[in-house]
Amino acid sequence: MTAPAIATAALDETAVALPVQEPARVARDSRPLRLITCGSVDDGKSTLIGRLLWDTKAVKEDQAASLERDSNGKQNDLGLPDFALLLDGLQAEREQGITIDVAYRYFSTDKRSFIVADTPGHEQYTRNMATGASTADLAVLLVDARVGLLEQTRRHATIATLMGIRQFVLAVNKIDLTNYDRSRFEQISHEFKELALSLGVRQVTAIPVSALKGENVVYDGRASMPWYEGPTLIEVLELATTRSAQTVGFRLPVQRVSRPGESFRGYQGTVAGGSVKPGDSVVILPSGMVANVTKIVTFDLVRNAAVAGDAITLVLDRQVDVSRGDTIAAIDSQPMTGLAFDAQLVALQPEGIQPGKRYWLKSGSRRQRVQVQPISQLDLNSGKWNHADELPMNAIGKVHLTFDEQAIFDAYEQNRTTGALILIDPDTNNTVAGGMITAKRAALSGIHTEDSRVILSLPADLADQLMATEIFANRREDAEVRRVTAARAIEIVDAIDE
Amino acid sequence: MPHTHPETELHNPQSAKPPLDPHLKALENEAIHIFREVAAEFERPVMLYSIGKDSSVLLHLARKAFYPGRVPFPLLHVDTGWKFREMIAFRDEMVEKYDLDLVVHTNPRGAAENVTPFTHGSALYTDIMKTEALRQALDAGQYDAAFGGARRDEEASRAKERIYSFRTPDHRWDPRNQRPELWNIYNGMVRKGESVRAFPLSNWTEVDIWRYIQAEEIPIVPLYFAKKRPIVERDGMMILAEDPRLEMLPGEAKREEVIRFRTLGCFPLTGAIRSNANTLDDIISELETATVSERQGRAIDRDQAGSMEKKKREGYF
Repeated sequence: MTAPAIATAALDETAVALPVQEPARVARDSRPLRLITCGSVDDGKSTLIGRLLWDTKAVKEDQAASLERDSNGKQNDLGLPDFALLLDGLQAEREQGITIDVAYRYFSTDKRSFIVADTPGHEQYTRNMATGASTADLAVLLVDARVGLLEQTRRHATIATLMGIRQFVLAVNKIDLTNYDRSRFEQISHEFKELALSLGVRQVTAIPVSALKGENVVYDGRASMPWYEGPTLIEVLELATTRSAQTVGFRLPVQRVSRPGESFRGYQGTVAGGSVKPGDSVVILPSGMVANVTKIVTFDLVRNAAVAGDAITLVLDRQVDVSRGDTIAAIDSQPMTGLAFDAQLVALQPEGIQPGKRYWLKSGSRRQRVQVQPISQLDLNSGKWNHADELPMNAIGKVHLTFDEQAIFDAYEQNRTTGALILIDPDTNNTVAGGMITAKRAALSGIHTEDSRVILSLPADLADQLMATEIFANRREDAEVRRVTAARAIEIVDAIDE
Repeated sequence: MPHTHPETELHNPQSAKPPLDPHLKALENEAIHIFREVAAEFERPVMLYSIGKDSSVLLHLARKAFYPGRVPFPLLHVDTGWKFREMIAFRDEMVEKYDLDLVVHTNPRGAAENVTPFTHGSALYTDIMKTEALRQALDAGQYDAAFGGARRDEEASRAKERIYSFRTPDHRWDPRNQRPELWNIYNGMVRKGESVRAFPLSNWTEVDIWRYIQAEEIPIVPLYFAKKRPIVERDGMMILAEDPRLEMLPGEAKREEVIRFRTLGCFPLTGAIRSNANTLDDIISELETATVSERQGRAIDRDQAGSMEKKKREGYF
């Protein structure tokens, strides 16, 4: 074939010109941080995200020019374009003046890149927040310094916690409008830390911010707030950790079986927990057959090991029956298998979740029929779980899941991949719920009956540790753990003693 | 019978590269996961192949996802007949080199009615030769899933696009009524006639694309590299002037300039930029200091406010 030399030629020239020397650009050694921003239009959320994009130079001149064109020259006090226009991508939203869905934004610094899930703050859009929070490592909660915490703040923090987020940043915005009132900031951040603690979240940073003026977002606000010595928002984001380590053993949900020829049979999927190396003994679930790993194949090379997040092809030492939807797992640390599980659901569609209806459930690469029985619904304002027979849209509820065929899960608190699920309505094919597995239910009920279970009130750190154990995960029906502060625990005990 | 075969069968000879940095590795893993999921769940997937840099990355990821097997679906190129000559040569070379199945479709109405970007204006031309042509090709192939190289950072209306973007039987996208997408669990359930567009590069930015091309030594069309080329200036854009069908208008004159392209499409609608960047290092450092977005050179985006959203609702990619 006589086509001209393609662009690899240019690459080769580069290689010759720069034999060993690496370019000055340092390869970032961090994975992208995924975060969610929660707050309402009034709190200045669009301005905060716009400020992040603007100050990290993620907005280009032509985009800014089209912003100014669209806003008819409307600008904020500082001569910057209206950031909300930059973010509200869809015409329908511009007409209504609100964001109605989850949008993803990208920006980066020298140290790291970031993916922001931007979701609306109105109560009826719990579903969007749950969607954005499902993949987030960290939540930025936004409050107006003049107003302080709202019911909404508690709701957002609760949803973020349920979805597995364990790092919070509280951005106390519009601090300039309080005359940079230090005691006001300290009061709000104290209240928020109490709130976070009651939800079991201990990694909390509060920052006084003026998104409009760009203070303590990317650049520090020392000139206006010499009393604040903490980090800027971007500094916190740069140092945050990505998805907390999955505490379970090796998991590979099999996406497809690769059989390019008679001589090769490999199982393709993304490692959903733990690690694997040639020689490891594995079990195939639900069949329970056992095999050993002989090779980890990727396009680039045959690897010595693979870890969570790696997309691999696994070769086993014997011919076993493995198909899409099966899970290959460490033999000494297996997930739960069974026909009945407990889960928490977020109802995402107007039809809600109907009792007894059979849905499709998808988790990892496995899709199967499930019957759903709602048990209780969370009151986001009080934090209490109330009895419920069905779940309306935007409700968060506890449910029983019953399967015809063996299901395979970890508890969501132990693995955010193998513990997560979606429900699909077979009538509409739409995604109607997102769910988090809490525990496996024994075929025969345990010591408890429906409404009587042991309640343990424990300091938050102890509660976390206890709930992270496998033994507790399997007895979740028997006991309920409430996280309280030490002071509250003393009060409770005193009350019992009286 | 034990399956024995020499190690070399599996070892890719072009693997003496340093490992990817964790950021690109995470993006690569996510894209491979999406490729495998779609290939497993849908009956007739196809990959839309536009020959540009994003398509080159997409193709590379597809090869990685299914290795050691071959790419298990065809590539579809909607050829308007007005692509850069070097793009077509590059396309054919890739197909041969990587043993790919290629489907090329051109809207027959274009030839019959002699639709050109000059005679019909960019909006109508794009509608007939791209949007309508794509629909024709997807219907003809009865594809239930189509991979595309769109990125969410490209344009405001794309920021809310799902990774699996559901389309009605007449290929429409309803931005107000998208399926929620949680974790990395994708809902691939469609009825007959319905389809999804799947976007494995959703979370990539333009810089990620270039850094990945560099790290993985992915071949791309040479038009991305600066070179002295014949151009003519029209409507504030520098258009490549090498195709005999491009007629000079009164007052226009061809001249040579050192230019390159940041995006590739139909040559009469794609503006070049003045640049001396003729290596990937140059391109990346140019990009890191760039003050305009890549779509700036695209005539079709400027037609009207919200123009991309409109095109997408109608089925443009």
